Amino acid sequence: MLRALGLWLVCFGLWLLLSGYFDVPLLLTFGVLSCTLVVFIAWRVEKLDPEEQRLRPKIGPQIILYWPWLLWQIVLANLDVAKRILNPQLPISPTMITLKPTQHSEMGRVIYANSITLTPGTVTTFLSEGVLEVHALTREAAESLLEGDMDRRVAALERRKT
Amino acid sequence: MNGLIDGLSGLALLAGVFFMLVGSAGLLRMPDFYTRMHAAGITDTLGAGLVLLGLMLQGGWTLVTVKLLLILAFLWLTSPTASHALVRAALSDPGNPRPLLHPHLPSSSTEITAR
Repeated sequence: MLRALGLWLVCFGLWLLLSGYFDVPLLLTFGVLSCTLVVFIAWRVEKLDPEEQRLRPKIGPQIILYWPWLLWQIVLANLDVAKRILNPQLPISPTMITLKPTQHSEMGRVIYANSITLTPGTVTTFLSEGVLEVHALTREAAESLLEGDMDRRVAALERRKT
Repeated sequence: MNGLIDGLSGLALLAGVFFMLVGSAGLLRMPDFYTRMHAAGITDTLGAGLVLLGLMLQGGWTLVTVKLLLILAFLWLTSPTASHALVRAALSDPGNPRPLLHPHLPSSSTEITAR
């Protein structure tokens, strides 16, 4: 019930921000009705979904500190790839590596894989329980991933197993 | 103050356009599909990010800025997913060309995938 209310509040907040109508009663009523319909459908769907448990947040509030770090890494990687593209010699060294992610939750692994792909120069090509394959544009990018700094930072975001 | 904001906004827009151009140049220069993906990554992270930042500075503290932030958040969530899906689809068919790899692979690599 609390979850449904939370979902409804998120939906309606998004509706308000996207529509920009705060004082038109008719439109607000439509907004309330459509959010309620969405929550109802979500509730119906979740009853059928055996993976419902996994949707509960397993990520702590430390993610607020992770985002600025990731943003900075993205900027650095962008500048590096841009420099290589503009270099007439095109100094690239494509590499494929296999990583062993240390996150214990699926959400943690997905955040790690998504962070790798979001950073230019590295793309996750395969992800499963204990294996993560990455195609990197340069050996340097592959080696910095093997050092595991990002892996540790994402693992630190996860709540301890309960 | 308005002049400063306009200047910063213009600078961010220009830088964004620059990175989009570099990304496009990379798309043409890279040797194979897999390396081209990395060049395309520049356009949708820093390129789109800086353009949206420039527009946010123009929007000020309004709902327009909130919407631009939402666009950025959704873009940064969906574009890695799309890249991952593309690469995985390309690798899943054994008939497709394999990635061109550099001869000197990192020594600490646990397994070298040369499929």
